[in-house]
Amino acid sequence: MTDAYLDIAGLHMAVGRGRRPLPILRGVDLAVAPGEVHGLVGESGAGKSMVGRTVLGLLPPAARVTGGTVQYRGRDLLAMPVAERRALLGAKIALIPQDPMTALNPVHRIGRQVTDVLRLHLGLRQKPALARAEELLAAVQIREPGRVLRQYPHELSGGMRQRVLIAIAFACDPDLIVADEPTTALDVTVQRQILRLLKEMQGRAGTAILFVTHDLGVVSKICDRVSVIHAGRILESGAATEIFAAPRHAYTRALFAATPRYDRPADALHPIPPALLSALWAEAHEADRDEADRDAADRATEDGR
Amino acid sequence: MPAAFVLKRLALAVPTLVGVAVIVFVLLRVVPGDPIAMMIPPGATEADIANLRRVYGLDSSILQQFLQWAGQILQGEFGTSISMRRDVLDLILGRLPATLELAVAAILLAVALGTGLALLGTWGQGGPLEVLVDGFTGLTLAIPDFLWGLIFILLLGVAWPILPISGRIDPRLGVEFATGFYLAESLLRGEWRIFGGIVAHLVLPAVALALPLVAAVARLLKASLQAVLQEDYIAMARARGMGRWRIILREGLQNAAIPTVTLGGVQFTFLIGGTVLIERIFSYPGIGNMAIGAVIQRDLPLIQGLVLTFALIFIVVNLAVDMSYAALNPRLRR
Amino acid sequence: MTGAVAAPAGGERPRTGALAAALRNPRVWFGGLVGLALLLAAVFAPLLAPHDPLQQDLMLGQLPPFWVPGAEPGYPLGTDSLGRDLASRLIYGARVAVIVAVVAALAAAVLGTVLGLLAGFFGGWVDALVSRLVDIWMAFPAVLLAIVLVAVIGTGLEAVIVAIAVIDWTRFCRVIRAETLVQKEQDYVLAARTLGLARLRTLYSEVLPNVMPLLLTLLTLEMGIAIIVEAILSFVGLSISSDEPTWGGLIAEGRQYVHDAWWIMSFPILCLIVVVLGLNALGDGLRRVLDPVMRR
Repeated sequence: MTDAYLDIAGLHMAVGRGRRPLPILRGVDLAVAPGEVHGLVGESGAGKSMVGRTVLGLLPPAARVTGGTVQYRGRDLLAMPVAERRALLGAKIALIPQDPMTALNPVHRIGRQVTDVLRLHLGLRQKPALARAEELLAAVQIREPGRVLRQYPHELSGGMRQRVLIAIAFACDPDLIVADEPTTALDVTVQRQILRLLKEMQGRAGTAILFVTHDLGVVSKICDRVSVIHAGRILESGAATEIFAAPRHAYTRALFAATPRYDRPADALHPIPPALLSALWAEAHEADRDEADRDAADRATEDGR
Repeated sequence: MPAAFVLKRLALAVPTLVGVAVIVFVLLRVVPGDPIAMMIPPGATEADIANLRRVYGLDSSILQQFLQWAGQILQGEFGTSISMRRDVLDLILGRLPATLELAVAAILLAVALGTGLALLGTWGQGGPLEVLVDGFTGLTLAIPDFLWGLIFILLLGVAWPILPISGRIDPRLGVEFATGFYLAESLLRGEWRIFGGIVAHLVLPAVALALPLVAAVARLLKASLQAVLQEDYIAMARARGMGRWRIILREGLQNAAIPTVTLGGVQFTFLIGGTVLIERIFSYPGIGNMAIGAVIQRDLPLIQGLVLTFALIFIVVNLAVDMSYAALNPRLRR
Repeated sequence: MTGAVAAPAGGERPRTGALAAALRNPRVWFGGLVGLALLLAAVFAPLLAPHDPLQQDLMLGQLPPFWVPGAEPGYPLGTDSLGRDLASRLIYGARVAVIVAVVAALAAAVLGTVLGLLAGFFGGWVDALVSRLVDIWMAFPAVLLAIVLVAVIGTGLEAVIVAIAVIDWTRFCRVIRAETLVQKEQDYVLAARTLGLARLRTLYSEVLPNVMPLLLTLLTLEMGIAIIVEAILSFVGLSISSDEPTWGGLIAEGRQYVHDAWWIMSFPILCLIVVVLGLNALGDGLRRVLDPVMRR
């Protein structure tokens, strides 16, 4: 799948530096085609945010990639020189963060934060950059964009800030956007507006989006394809319509049952069965052991040489 | 910056100044020891002594003396120095520029050096560079500035005499200045040789004076920079492909400076207090050096005038710290 | 630090554990040795000093120390401009340093501790008053305050001691107040209260022993500060008479002749640096050893 914008293959990650680092991703495979919105769904702790962070090079200091590749249009993001990756980040690959309240720099005006990427990646001068920034804010349906450009983040609401962050993400016309739970921190009504805006912007620009979320309701509204992740493993992947119509994996079915829906009474909610979870974890640990055995075998063959 | 903000801060400063004036006046009036007794020439009569007391206003009640004194001060009359027999205001104004140049140089130096060290320590976080920066600030803080001044004199003035250790300008130059601001004046007139000489005289006292503040700024700023770099908006900057220096300088520094100014603001007033000793050590002709002389001579009018001058400088420095805080933090500007 | 892990909580064991830990701490060793040397020099000054520190001999003025050509035997560190033996003046100077360090630091500690305990334990207007006072005090640069105070009280050793105590009580007050507030909330103080112990007795018997380690650390640090402040006041001529040998006085004299006789100023500066670093190390070491939070 080299024509995919994002192609993650066999991604392994572990946390901790000791002799036994804790695995958090166990061979993740995932591809996002051009113009596709790909939902990565899982509970908290499933490793879904780590996948997004890996793409953007934002791993916490304790986490290490222990195997696999993350390719953007056939180029491995993990192996390329820092300068090359920096040129892509913010320009071709952008991020929409989870919490708009903390993602804007409190001491800089909105105008500067929008123009920064334009100047850095497109080489625009201050004047044209400001004009472009105003267009961008208008495109994300901010009223009086000229005034907002002169404001500081603390003068804007959460929804407004998320619009600004979306504008910055789309500023350089990226191929791929990682949206990391972009609506979780917002009010329900604002959530809906932001989702609609995101879909609209994405449709207009043909951008591919990796949409990381725990919320199946959100996935149903925006995603073309869905991957379900648990314990660092992709359990099921496919077209959104298919998965919503007929989930194949038991965990996916359990997730659906655990999601509140307006068309079902509240008492129809079922927590994910503990037996299923423990079975999944047992599989995950089994996979870890296999991995360790293979490592040992590799070392043994190397030593044998 | 809005004028209302500035005016409010200025209004707050007035009671402080009045309070300082009252305290100093009362304190110095309960001094055991009579300044007149020290001035009496041998063979003076009772009438001579009474005359002297009257001349210096020491014969009326304390309240009268204070009101009279306060009234005079508001008209710019600080009285006559007992030991130098000259107008106190003239004496202070003659020496003030020297102290101001020293203090400003030290503050600029401290902010520049402290910021530089904090940036280095943040850049090399967890590595040998940070250990080096921490070691330097630790050593700077362990030894008081009094000793640093003396160490500089021994090392750079005597053992390896590359810098002058006394005064403000080489008296052999015989230059005349129109103002007391030698440094600024020689710079503006483009007299580079003289300017260089004045800078050479300024280096050691300014560095000695600046050192505690350098260490304070370096420590506070490094800690807050390292904290700020954990923030979400820094991760966003990285995700937009910004380089490390660019992130530290453009995204981190101003945010980190806010808590540094809050916590380190008081250090700036301490630097002003430090001029007293540093000027003495380096025989620098400023008001700090003059203050020690005045205390030794028990020259009440001069002491009062000087302490008020210092109080005024403190207030101005505090005001400047407040303003820079507001300038750094947009949430305070309104 | 490992000693604390071995020592079980409660009883007398932690104290011996702390003592053992203190004796294993290199900072405590270094600081303790410096302090001991200073104390011995002060106490046995008449025996140690080769000359009378006040004895002048103008024929032997500004003799250099022994390793410099032109030195005289019998004057190991040289002489000052009046021909007084420098080594003897340094040794006698330790007396003033020790007196100031002990008396002024203790006075500041007592003043600050009493006010801090009262403020922390009684709260209310007592706390408000004391805290306000501390704030005002802290806003003034210490050196300026010291000089103004000495101008008010007059010069002399007693004045210097009073000035240091009056300036530096805030260091103790702040920390002791904060610690008392913490201790006050803890169960055993509440228990002591319900037992019907009078409030002041609770302070004395329950709170004070718990803030003792902290107090000891602060006291050590304050000794270093007091020595420096005295040296500063001597240097500017506001301490005891300039004939009396003090380190600050020697520095002031050496500053005048620094181009002719660098050694007059160098040795007292060296003494001050070693003593200040030593007391800092001792205070720091004690803090690490005695503070149960740091040990963990």
